[in-house]
Amino acid sequence: MPAMVLLSPNRLLAILAKEFVQMRRDRLTFAMMLVVPIIQLLLFGFAINNDPRGLPAALLATGNDRYARAVVTAMEATNYFRFIARPESAAAAESLIASGRVSFVVTIPADFGRRVERGDAPVLLVEADATDPAASSGAIAALQTVANRALLREQGREALAADQQRAALSVIIHRRYNPEAISQYNIVPGLLGVILQMTMVMMTAMALTREIERGTMENLLAMPATPAEIMLGKVLPYLVVGGVQVTVVLIAARGLFGIPFIGSLGFLILSVLIFVAALVLLGYTFSTLARTQMQAMQLTFFFFLPSLLLSGFMFPFSGMPVWAQWLGEIFPLTHFLRVVRAVMLKGAGITDLGSEFAILCLFIPLYALLALSRFRQTLD
Amino acid sequence: MSAIDVRGLTKSFGRKRVVDNVSLRVEPGEIVGFLGPNGSGKTTTIRIICGLLTPDAGEGTVLGFDVRRQSRRIKREVGYMTQRFSFYEDLTIAENLAFVARLYGLRPVENAVRRTLADLGLTSRRDQLAGTLSGGWKQRLALAACIMHAPRLLLLDEPTAGVDPKARREFWEEIHRLSAGGLTVLVSTHYMDEAERCHRIAYISYGTMLATGTVAEVIRDSGLHTFLVDSDNPVELADFVATLPGVEQVAPFGRTLHVVGRDRAALAASLAPVAARPGIAVRPGETSLEDVFIQFMARTGARPE
Repeated sequence: MPAMVLLSPNRLLAILAKEFVQMRRDRLTFAMMLVVPIIQLLLFGFAINNDPRGLPAALLATGNDRYARAVVTAMEATNYFRFIARPESAAAAESLIASGRVSFVVTIPADFGRRVERGDAPVLLVEADATDPAASSGAIAALQTVANRALLREQGREALAADQQRAALSVIIHRRYNPEAISQYNIVPGLLGVILQMTMVMMTAMALTREIERGTMENLLAMPATPAEIMLGKVLPYLVVGGVQVTVVLIAARGLFGIPFIGSLGFLILSVLIFVAALVLLGYTFSTLARTQMQAMQLTFFFFLPSLLLSGFMFPFSGMPVWAQWLGEIFPLTHFLRVVRAVMLKGAGITDLGSEFAILCLFIPLYALLALSRFRQTLD
Repeated sequence: MSAIDVRGLTKSFGRKRVVDNVSLRVEPGEIVGFLGPNGSGKTTTIRIICGLLTPDAGEGTVLGFDVRRQSRRIKREVGYMTQRFSFYEDLTIAENLAFVARLYGLRPVENAVRRTLADLGLTSRRDQLAGTLSGGWKQRLALAACIMHAPRLLLLDEPTAGVDPKARREFWEEIHRLSAGGLTVLVSTHYMDEAERCHRIAYISYGTMLATGTVAEVIRDSGLHTFLVDSDNPVELADFVATLPGVEQVAPFGRTLHVVGRDRAALAASLAPVAARPGIAVRPGETSLEDVFIQFMARTGARPE
């Protein structure tokens, strides 16, 4: 009996055509789907910096000799420190850092120069506002080497120091894939995943609940449309929207931020497709759970926040405790981020990323089964 | 073979039994009116019949298909018009019809849409968004969409709520035209004049079927008798008449009171002294369907849920 097949192309086309017309009529939502990615990309892409430079610093120098000046000049040259104040007393310096006007207080004792010339070990006190550990860590890491080298140069012992170092253990560091430690290299590919997750899950979560809320679901169920047709009909249009978003983000990544793209575009597109398919199916699952569009929206946000925090988009994944890492593994975003960053920045391919790719693929049947099992074909 | 033949349908939501042991038989080509107060289980019964709900108990056939197991087949042959307008308000009339035509696999889609538009006089408004239509036009669109796949059974759930009298009349003319063509119709309504347009009616209250039959049969079976009392001051008189033995209902209609009761002799005895008063005339009258339904509602209204 032909009417009984579970998936008829004609009925699927009927739903698809209807969805596209509705999408076109809902101008605001349609505009949001295209404008939101661009705004997010510009905001996050230009705003987020994990390695901040030009941090305000105060200099509390009781001695003002040439060694102290050399060290301060060298610190400024790193671009990490920007000396904006020279407080007269320790109390004034304390107030500066407590109020947040400066991130560092550098104290150079009065006997700094004397100790250098006497050959005693000179002492330099740097107080950092470490309430946000990440904000000051780059500057602190650079400090020891910079200060040492400046002092040696000022003493004219640079060559000597180099000799000593050659004898000792030398650690060679290659900052691979991102030698200049540009945050955008990490953030922008990640944003691709975050933007897709945000729009795709929410839009599809609303799609089915909208029908329930408006009462059209009752009619749709009374007509010969099968659950699989309704699901695909609801999901495929958003796959197309996702494709447009990906194109926008990738072009902006290249043109606006100059993110290197080393890997295979084909593999990236394949991964994006699978990721988007998983997302829309997840959104669809949400819409089978929610009764109203408001509930669908809430579900989306409950999902969105932990996946944003635990996926490794905002904080280093390996920095989390093991249980949190396990939790992070259940989000498609986590795996997608690994794939997209590796493909774009490292030029990794399917052989390097086989297991991540496979896990990403697994989300599709998982969510599809979940959605279909939850779908109510009757109104019970 | 009956178009609808269901027995003992029962359905509960949570602990509330919405449909309780309902049986209904509708013959092909019949127009059956489905009546009852709000929340009496009309919509639930209709949803069970068209396969949108599975009954907790009961069995039967709709168009020869098993009501429990063959709901997909039933959906294919049934046109169901929901109580609330349930087509897409952000689609035009033609787009809505094209959607339905594609879902039912009508070919070619354009022809099916054009024919339906013409049949229901919607051609001039084909490109209007459904959301901007008035109640009458929305109802016309919904009916058009329900019958375009040529169903054998039409289920209409309060189709004329919020529709003006002219559109209502045209709607019923359309229903009768369809019925003459062999289509079976089950239509729920609150309006007495609509009930009287049906071949038969079924009255349901609190999930229980109280009466079925033609209008004349239902009135006869109710065992009610009616007297008409004409007076200059019907409102004052009504309060007094209501207290008399044998009087179960008193309803003013202009200057005439409808006085209804089951015991004809008691009624006549009570009204005899009233008739003796000056300016008051008492005569036997016809019991109306409304009188019967008010009686049903009064009887079942006291029943605890």
